[in-house]
Amino acid sequence: MKTNTQRNWACTALALGILAWFLYYAQNNFSPYTVQILNLVAINAILAVSLNLIYGFTGMFSLGHAGFMAIGAYVCTLFILSPDQKVTMWMLEDMPEILVNMNLPFFPAVIMAGIVACLFGLLIAIPVLRLGGDYLGIATLGFAEIIRVVITNIPSITNGALGIKGIPAHATIWWNYGWLIFTLFIICSLLKSNVGNVFKAIRDDEIAARTMGINSFFYRVLSFCIGAFFAGVGGALMGSMISTIDPKMFNFMLTFNILMIVVAGGLGSITGSIIGSVVITFMLELLRVVEDPFSIGSFEIAGVPGMRMVIFSLLLLIIIIFRREGLLGTREFSWNSLFFMPRYLKMRKQIEPGSGKDFGGRAH
Amino acid sequence: MTLDMFIQHLFNALALGALYGLIAIGYTMVYGILRLINFAHGDIFMLGAYLVFFSTIAFMPAWVAALLLGLTLIIFYSTFVGFGKKPPVWFWAGVALAAGMGCYYGFIAPTSFAPPWLLAVAFAIVVTSAIGISVDRVAYKPLREAPRISALISAIGVSFFIESAAVVVFSGLPRPVRQPEAMVKPFIFSLESITGNADSLVRVTPLAIIVPVISIILIAGLLWIIYRTKPGLAMRAISKDIETTRLMGVSVNKVIAMTFGLGSALAAAAGIMWSLRYPQIFPYMGMMPGLKAFIAAVFGGIGSIPGAMIGGAMLGFMEIFIVAFFPELSGYRDAFAFILLIVILLWKPTGLMGEKLREKI
Repeated sequence: MKTNTQRNWACTALALGILAWFLYYAQNNFSPYTVQILNLVAINAILAVSLNLIYGFTGMFSLGHAGFMAIGAYVCTLFILSPDQKVTMWMLEDMPEILVNMNLPFFPAVIMAGIVACLFGLLIAIPVLRLGGDYLGIATLGFAEIIRVVITNIPSITNGALGIKGIPAHATIWWNYGWLIFTLFIICSLLKSNVGNVFKAIRDDEIAARTMGINSFFYRVLSFCIGAFFAGVGGALMGSMISTIDPKMFNFMLTFNILMIVVAGGLGSITGSIIGSVVITFMLELLRVVEDPFSIGSFEIAGVPGMRMVIFSLLLLIIIIFRREGLLGTREFSWNSLFFMPRYLKMRKQIEPGSGKDFGGRAH
Repeated sequence: MTLDMFIQHLFNALALGALYGLIAIGYTMVYGILRLINFAHGDIFMLGAYLVFFSTIAFMPAWVAALLLGLTLIIFYSTFVGFGKKPPVWFWAGVALAAGMGCYYGFIAPTSFAPPWLLAVAFAIVVTSAIGISVDRVAYKPLREAPRISALISAIGVSFFIESAAVVVFSGLPRPVRQPEAMVKPFIFSLESITGNADSLVRVTPLAIIVPVISIILIAGLLWIIYRTKPGLAMRAISKDIETTRLMGVSVNKVIAMTFGLGSALAAAAGIMWSLRYPQIFPYMGMMPGLKAFIAAVFGGIGSIPGAMIGGAMLGFMEIFIVAFFPELSGYRDAFAFILLIVILLWKPTGLMGEKLREKI
């Protein structure tokens, strides 16, 4: 097994190297628009993985992601805006002195964003996580709405409905992918540890898990708070990347997009979430074609504004009706399964189907 | 707060509460039977308002109306009768109506579909209830055996589909609704004899009275269906135990379709009244009232129809009166309902009138 571990580490390092080379290449050669989409892929992946931790691995149907993102984005923005910007931009009400002078570099600001989102997650989790199933979904959705309403109504801190513009664009492609890899590392090692097993036990049957002596409430809160932390981080990166935020941005639509990625990729599959965020982010951009006028031969076809979301929601419906488990189900990619694949295919060829000598499952 | 202000707010709250109650009934009926939050309900509400708008103000072409009516007939027919069986009387009546309409608007008055106001309302309610039934058939029926959360995600998907399709078809611009003159001309009462102040006037539009009255009539009709008719009995039986009801020879799918049809009809009625009372419609108008009405249903005890009415009324009164007494909280108006939800779920998760659901192990 030892050689396998070394081989796997080597493969991971190699893959990271290829990713770094690709990002470097992309940054220098691709158009800013494409680079922006790549950034969005990373942020969506962070958000999808964190939602997948809450919903796919611990089985808590949460619709509150937009709320945590809003908290993260606002906290990070307040830290990285310069005092001058704050003074000129806050037109509705003046900002308290202590907030004006509050300033941090980007990295600690993002960490703070995550921590504050995590604290809010804790605050909401303790009452709300006593609920289960769809009630939890509605309660967390309600929480996200409350956050949005509160942000609109405290203009001295958040500049109210006007939003914040001109946020310093610190979130480069390196930061975004760096955070993505950090997120993946933390969540994958968490899921591989015993805590991950506990999460899955709670997802599969909470009562059975409690019978085994698991303090299920503690673990549910833990999973929720970790998810909230990374949602806050994702929100912070998104705010800095698109350089303007306002309360309307963090509506239910945002949660819906992330939910779509998670469901399409496969509930309970990190690999699925990553693939889902790549495919869906690119698809959402490519679908802009249907909204612009285009011509086939000599025919001018007028674009239909809004058609993108129609196709998008239809796609979710088709996935949930015909392939409920998503693209990958709960399967995960690992180096072992990759290296085992040729042998597995060969073995499958040797065995006649129906001969009774089946392997009873896939290679892991 | 002066007495005249108080009475004014009372009327506003009554109308708002009645509307919330009407929408909440649709949620509570579906949840009682399928344990599913029908997210698309708020959008059905929006479609009702839009259909009336397009048949009374911005006229739709007659062929669209005839097409919608034809599709409605097909949906009703295939759901409640089934192809290959002898069609009942109402089907022929519907065919005659659609054909008559087609002839009238096609040959005699070949303009757009511009029926009298009440006919437009009936048209909208019938079409929306067919849409409700087809939402059930397309998005929920394949997932009856699936985990409940899958059906919920499907419901969210349908909701977004209807909203974004509405943006494409109706355009996302908010549209003003013209209120019928007779409904908005206010009666003015003077309260001088009570308060001794000549300025204390109460303005009550007929609409503020019509809305609660119609809501109560509709709810009474619904209660009659549920407690005094055979399909109503089947609905109550399904909400107790779906499998046993099926074994008793009830065609469960028909009854569920009927529940969706009734709930959607009520939602459409609520949407029409909403668009008259708050005269502006836009594709996302159903989202907030829908969520709040769901909260009202949870508050009253999900699965219980009187509970939904009481919950809706309470929510309407709460929204109006908290803002009336504490005007500085008016910005937080949309948050009240959600705070109420979290409080009620913690304090009494089954709601005011709900039955205790025991967890099956």
